[in-house]
Amino acid sequence: MDHIVILGGGVGGTLTANLLVKRLGERLDDGRTTITVIDATGRHTYQPGFMYIAMGGERASHLSRPEDSLLDPRVHLVVGEVDKVDPVQQTVALKWGETVPYNELVIATGCRIAPETIEHFDTEAHHFYTAEAALDLRHALDRFTGGRIVIGIAGMPYKCPPAPLEVALLIEAELRQRHLRDSAELHFCSPIGRAFTIESVSDMVTPILAEKGIELHTFFNVERIDAERKVVESLEGEELGYDLLILVPPHTGQPFLIASGLAPAPGGWLPTDRQTLQVAGQPHIHALGDATDLPLSKAGSTAHFEAPVVAERVAAAIQGRKPNGKHADYAGKVMCFFEVGDGKGTLLQFDYDHPPRPPRPNRFWHLGKIVFNKTYWHTVPKGRV
Amino acid sequence: MLETIPGPAVTRTIDARGSYCPGPLMELIRAIREAQVGDVLAVLSSDSGSKLDIPKWVAKAGHRLVGVTTRDGYDEIVVEKLR
Repeated sequence: MDHIVILGGGVGGTLTANLLVKRLGERLDDGRTTITVIDATGRHTYQPGFMYIAMGGERASHLSRPEDSLLDPRVHLVVGEVDKVDPVQQTVALKWGETVPYNELVIATGCRIAPETIEHFDTEAHHFYTAEAALDLRHALDRFTGGRIVIGIAGMPYKCPPAPLEVALLIEAELRQRHLRDSAELHFCSPIGRAFTIESVSDMVTPILAEKGIELHTFFNVERIDAERKVVESLEGEELGYDLLILVPPHTGQPFLIASGLAPAPGGWLPTDRQTLQVAGQPHIHALGDATDLPLSKAGSTAHFEAPVVAERVAAAIQGRKPNGKHADYAGKVMCFFEVGDGKGTLLQFDYDHPPRPPRPNRFWHLGKIVFNKTYWHTVPKGRV
Repeated sequence: MLETIPGPAVTRTIDARGSYCPGPLMELIRAIREAQVGDVLAVLSSDSGSKLDIPKWVAKAGHRLVGVTTRDGYDEIVVEKLR
């Protein structure tokens, strides 16, 4: 009997499991193969919705569902935290002591936020990378009556690269609607030499920031928060005072991947082949989503387009054949929406060889994002789109 | 024939070849945080954007650009930590 084990019940893990059922259904039915998803919480969370909690249009209760409601009934779900992977013995050890053997392993454990690595982050800075933090930010925005808002990025890479820019633009629009814009200053701090990592997107958004009076600070790598003076300091020597501070927290991979010798410290990102999504030196381990070190957006969309490739390659390994068809290799496809405020948005669609050429922001792409968010549960995890 | 960068001896080499912008810059920033004043760091980058981005960052951050050398398929950018 062959055992496929998938670590992580997010977009990548759930979709890969369901796509594997479509490919290996007969083997599952007659007991030759099993598919097991191991997830730390047993709940699937739609993380892109967190930003909308902060922006006032979403509730946490709409963003989480039991993982077993999204998995095909032929997939086993184990709720538990992984302690270690042993790639030699081909086993996964859980923290409660159980050991699960695998023939093929898929790692889709995402990343974790690490606000604790910056002193005073937890008391001074707001963010929108958990439902609770996003709600706190919403309350802070409700209390805001004027002053200086500083929005920045306290570590790269991070999830959903457009999100901090979207938040800056959405807050600017909200302040205008609340007649507070004249009493507020908005600053956006980017760690690199432009507003966004991808040059074409940076070229699109930089004039919008200028038009909306959002001051752009480039090469601003957050070094320290001075809670007493209410100042955020950059490694480059710049200081910005704030009345409301919103920072993307530093992100890391999962610590058990470092402990298992699969990912290097301190980042913990899995060295992953760009085309095959195989973990370096590990013929029976594939990775997808935020857990990898690929030079792509850490976003559900990336996992969404990687999952068919992982499913094809794992199914091929189980069936003793070569991967084939359009999902034999991953070409780096990513597609995501980008809100610019005032009910407008644009679309970023790209792959390894083709940078995005975002269309002029319009209402259509804003509505596209809203519809996608609302229909997510019935489409993406089940492999319908 | 490889060119030799004149200047102080390199304390640490960061091999960021194969990493894409802004990866090499972020690797340098992490190394600068860990380095002592006076340390000399060499970044190897196969992303052509690095030889433009890194010198701009070095100027803003108040360090010294020791040199940029194009080698076989990559650039070597050498930086001295000044503060």
